Amino acid sequence: MTAIDILGLEKTYSVGFWRKKPRCALRPLHLQVEEGEIFGFLGPNGAGKTTTLKLLMGLVYPTAGSAKILGMEINDPRMKAQIGFLPEQPYFYDYLTAGELLNYYGQLSGVAPKERSRKVREVLERVGLPDVMRVQLRKFSKGMLQRVGIAQAILHDPRIVFLDEPMSGLDPMGRREVRDLMEQLKQEGKTVFFSTHILSDAEALCDRVAIIHLGELRSVGAVADLTSSVEGKIELIWHGNQVPAAMKALGADCHVSGDTVRAVLLEGNQDAALEALRREPLRIISLIPVRTSLEEYFVRQVQPSQAVAGVTK
Amino acid sequence: MSGRILDIASNTFREAVRDRVLYNLIAFALLMSGAAILVGQISIGIERLVVINLGLTAVSLFGIVIAIFIGIGLVSKEIDKRTLYTVLSRPVQRWEFIIGKFFGLAGTLVVNAFFMSVGVFAALFYVSRHFQTSDGWVLVALYFIILQFLIITALALLFSSFSSPLLSAVFAFALFVIGTFAEDLRGFAGLTKGIVRWLATGAAYLVPNFSALNVISSVAHEQPVAGQLILSNTAYTLVYASMALCGAVLIFEHRNLK
Amino acid sequence: MSPSWRITITASVLLVACLTGSVLLLRGIDRERSAATLEEVLYISSPTLLKRMSLGYDGLLADVYWTRAVQYFGDKLIRGSEHFDLLAPLLEITTTLDPHLLVAYEYGSNFLAPKIPGGAGQPQRAIKLAEFGIRNNPNQWHLYYDLGFIYYMELGDYANAEQAFADGAKVPNAHQVMRIMAAKMAEHAGNIQTARLMWVTTYQTTLDPNVKSNAVAHLNALQVDEDVTSLEGLVSHYCETMGHLPQSFSDLAAANMLRSVPVDPLGHTYKLMPDGRVEVRVPDDLPFIEKGTPIGYIPPRMPKLPPVK
Repeated sequence: MTAIDILGLEKTYSVGFWRKKPRCALRPLHLQVEEGEIFGFLGPNGAGKTTTLKLLMGLVYPTAGSAKILGMEINDPRMKAQIGFLPEQPYFYDYLTAGELLNYYGQLSGVAPKERSRKVREVLERVGLPDVMRVQLRKFSKGMLQRVGIAQAILHDPRIVFLDEPMSGLDPMGRREVRDLMEQLKQEGKTVFFSTHILSDAEALCDRVAIIHLGELRSVGAVADLTSSVEGKIELIWHGNQVPAAMKALGADCHVSGDTVRAVLLEGNQDAALEALRREPLRIISLIPVRTSLEEYFVRQVQPSQAVAGVTK
Repeated sequence: MSGRILDIASNTFREAVRDRVLYNLIAFALLMSGAAILVGQISIGIERLVVINLGLTAVSLFGIVIAIFIGIGLVSKEIDKRTLYTVLSRPVQRWEFIIGKFFGLAGTLVVNAFFMSVGVFAALFYVSRHFQTSDGWVLVALYFIILQFLIITALALLFSSFSSPLLSAVFAFALFVIGTFAEDLRGFAGLTKGIVRWLATGAAYLVPNFSALNVISSVAHEQPVAGQLILSNTAYTLVYASMALCGAVLIFEHRNLK
Repeated sequence: MSPSWRITITASVLLVACLTGSVLLLRGIDRERSAATLEEVLYISSPTLLKRMSLGYDGLLADVYWTRAVQYFGDKLIRGSEHFDLLAPLLEITTTLDPHLLVAYEYGSNFLAPKIPGGAGQPQRAIKLAEFGIRNNPNQWHLYYDLGFIYYMELGDYANAEQAFADGAKVPNAHQVMRIMAAKMAEHAGNIQTARLMWVTTYQTTLDPNVKSNAVAHLNALQVDEDVTSLEGLVSHYCETMGHLPQSFSDLAAANMLRSVPVDPLGHTYKLMPDGRVEVRVPDDLPFIEKGTPIGYIPPRMPKLPPVK
């Protein structure tokens, strides 16, 4: 079933003392996320990612449009029992210990009393914080708080997990662990919806992504589909340290190291390049397609909108 | 549902305790001991009067101050620090949050008042070496003080749901002072005419009626408190606090959180 | 995805219900507490102590005490009780907190001095109060009037009354009645016209509705006393002329002694009794009358003053 169904969700804020200046944070958004997929919600800062999440969590009311999660309304308690949420740069009651905090959240989420302490321990181990049950949160570092945040989001075994910038504040090891965790969640059949502006994470993890900019959805689709829409490149490696003139004429990006040369050029010029090398002759070591990175695709999506920026005022 | 309210209430209580609120009891204990000893030395025949007046006034003022200072932040602090996000994304309804916060703070104040009462009675025993039947009325006065706490807590929570802590503190304190003179305000209103009378009367009935809840003087003079008044005051507090809480629930339900 | 309408409606309905409930309960509580409030107020009956404790907000506190006093003795909740003993301390506290609250001294002369049940029956205390007022407000002519009023009305001390009125007449901007009154004290003190002038002056120079009401009641009483005296005079004249008592006022009219059926200041007709006495129809509505009451009449405990306009 559709895990998240967003129908024309829109949010305009009235700013200014007399509430006269409207600021459109989110244009009408149409989006569906299927169960069991890892979905990335990408965009620069201020694009509307957090607004969308706040609308889905019922923290903010939309100006228009609606959404359903697991087929249920946004403020339905039955629905909320099945989702978990990690807000951006979370902050928790710092007078509580990690154990007390998670126990409190467990109570509110309806985790049975008999299982609560066990689940709390398990989830803390899972996020890599095995020994902090009795440590007060005011003593936690930013990275530790982020992990606690993830812990409280998955404690009650939700069907969908919403994460707002889950990698923020983590060192490379921590980010790797969180990526692994998100993969595990997918293995367990959960849906993961996360927002980020770090594209390499999205590229590695996501089944599908949506790109949003200035409150407007730019594109949605599987990563491979999106990147392949950009004209492909190939990578050609040959033995030697010569770069034939013909290669340069084809606009190849060449790099000599030791006794091999590596060149990147457009896929369309592949035959001409092979011909050029064969004529020398130079011994070809490898020819492989180079995938456009998501970053490149992203930048192309985001840049033209600078001209569009005037519309939102 | 009521389980969640209780959970929120006990968490609020825990927060107050760990915020070292109960340390105010130390200041109170020092005050009462000092007063008791001083009065005991002077011994001019009105020791009981002084101890009861001072003790009950201190219980009332300390409690009101705590109620206001914690109450104003109950909602606004959670919104500012965004601790609310992870709570409301769970199956907790917004109104349950408000009610839970109320009971948490009310519970803190009742516990605080309990310990203070022990102090008052201890001081009373110290200066007069025995208890009288009329001391029972001191318990009634304490009960009324707790009713005052409930009203002020509900009001502070109401202001906290839409206003900044500073403004909330000003409003709550102003209402406390005006409420202490509520009976006189109604009297003033009765002497005006025309549209001013309507506005003044309206305001006079809207303001919390702390005058009827303050029986400290009569109890100090060993006057009994009418049973009818105890019932009326209890009913009034229930109704008034509920009114303020309904307001808080309504405002909070319609708020866009930042 | 909008705020829950169920919660909105429930909370709104409950709010309105609680608002109504709280107002109703308040009215009930006020009724229960009315006597208590005033007594509580006087737990600290030392005016100087109270002034010290008021931390400089004595003006406001004076107003609070004053409002309570007015509420209590005005036409409010406890008509029929006799707590006039609280009036003196209340007035003393109020004037200690705010010596310039002139209306308090007026209350002293109008309600503290007169005999029970029309007042607290404490003229000496009222005199002290008025003198305190004069010391603190030497240029307020009305305070001299209040003092003279007490000496005249309650103590029959025309000499001191004349002194007070004369002193007051010297105050700049004094009302001309002060000079007139001083002169009247010298010659026509016992005259009903003087008494009438006194009450008319009180009525015209006060702003307080209770004082006005009281003055009207006294003027009505003076009128009744005059009417009854002259009517009874006509009756005995008739008796001498005709040899028997008149049956009704029409008889007197037939004998050209009266133009029409006489009516008291409240509009009720006088009654001509078989024994020749004239009585008022509703004595309870006419407090302070000395003539025209039925035989064996006991006036109510609290004088029924005309409604405050």
